[in-house]
Amino acid sequence: MTGFWTLFIKELMRFIKVSVQTVAAPVLTSLLYLLIFGQVLEGRLEVFEGVRYTAFLIPGLVMMTVLQNSFANSSSSLMQSKMTGNIVFVLLAPISYAEFFWAYVAASVVRGIAVGAGVMVFTAWFVELRLVAPFWTLGFALLGAGLLGALGVLAGIVSEKIDQLAAFQNFVILPLTMLSGVFYSIHSLPPFWRELSHANPFFYMIDGFRYGFFGASDVAPGVSLGIVALAFAMVAGICLALLKSGYKLRT
Amino acid sequence: MGADAVADYRRARRMLGVVPQELVFDPFFTVRETLRIQSGYFGLRDNDAWIDEVMAHLDLTGKADANMRSLSGGMKRRVLIAQALVHKPPVIVLDEPTAGVDVELRQDLWQFVRRLNRDGHTIVLTTHYLEEAEMHCQRIAMLKAGRVVALDATHELLQRFSGSRITARVVARDGRQHVLQIEGYSTLEGELARLRAQGVEIADIELDRPDLEDVFLRLTSS
Repeated sequence: MTGFWTLFIKELMRFIKVSVQTVAAPVLTSLLYLLIFGQVLEGRLEVFEGVRYTAFLIPGLVMMTVLQNSFANSSSSLMQSKMTGNIVFVLLAPISYAEFFWAYVAASVVRGIAVGAGVMVFTAWFVELRLVAPFWTLGFALLGAGLLGALGVLAGIVSEKIDQLAAFQNFVILPLTMLSGVFYSIHSLPPFWRELSHANPFFYMIDGFRYGFFGASDVAPGVSLGIVALAFAMVAGICLALLKSGYKLRT
Repeated sequence: MGADAVADYRRARRMLGVVPQELVFDPFFTVRETLRIQSGYFGLRDNDAWIDEVMAHLDLTGKADANMRSLSGGMKRRVLIAQALVHKPPVIVLDEPTAGVDVELRQDLWQFVRRLNRDGHTIVLTTHYLEEAEMHCQRIAMLKAGRVVALDATHELLQRFSGSRITARVVARDGRQHVLQIEGYSTLEGELARLRAQGVEIADIELDRPDLEDVFLRLTSS
């Protein structure tokens, strides 16, 4: 277990040492989204009855930040270790592939939650939000961050160059998060796009996370959590199989 | 060594300390942090006493809190060696440790490696410099295209593959000088007798010791 803990703590230290870039910068980005979209759309849009648009937007922004940063942590760390070659220290140590996977995912979850909490703290100035079902919110945050951390591990293993990783981030992760209903409810979409949104796993994470704040959601939270858990199990399974085989890391 | 590299990988990896050929490091950490993390990977929680000792031997104490990025190439190489030693492995693999290393560090390095060897560590050294291998190693394996073409004790290898060669500078009766090369001791007696009969004077005799380069060339050319 010491191997797991060491790798986990090393991964934490890594992003904490550059926290201006890894925590403060994404918090600022989210606040800019809030200022712009909140300013432009406040009063024009009411998604849930009696809920101001800014209040609706904040949980979505928080969760989007959690997801993006969880992905960024494991993927960029693995990629850097591969590029600089210092991954050998982990590969030559008596650390199992499962310890390797869980250490990267756990550190990604911490980074995601830390940035999400940062956004929550600063947005508390704009709107007073109350958590009506905090366990749902926490559950979705943890599981969503875990899923994206695992996706980051997957992308980090498979990518051979920085630009491949960037492509994955820009053409897969970013569109899926932006189109997940952070800025709108999918009920406001034309039927085709609404149905398509149901195929986006990010939608369930945002929707479920938001349920904890308003007690209302597009899909029942239990169903959403099940879908997210299933997606996590699938990605984790693929990662573990790849790590066990040594795919691209040992070959 | 009795540990299966797949089934019992934890024990197998604990027995090995590897110093990679490239100067790899994690730019986020200091020397001490790097060594603590490395210890943790091998399941060692409180390893500071040994870390301090290793750093002292490798002249790294003054750089303990310096970031890895700020170190010179030679210093980074020392940290790599320290990393390989944190868990006191019985076998240390040095992958071309002296490639691009200055004279002073090379001397220090060999001194330290000899000490480790005396203390009971087995050292596996890979190198392109055959004189290094000849000077430091007791057993040598030669590889060509990934296959072992020779594996033996150093002196056996030298004797088996390269017979001694004698170079003689001689002065003939007309006063002209010639250089003769005689292969192996067995023919020496006859050759000398032949020279004496022709009244040739021997000005100088040199015995060429076989070296690994000869061995290597013979093995790889055949």
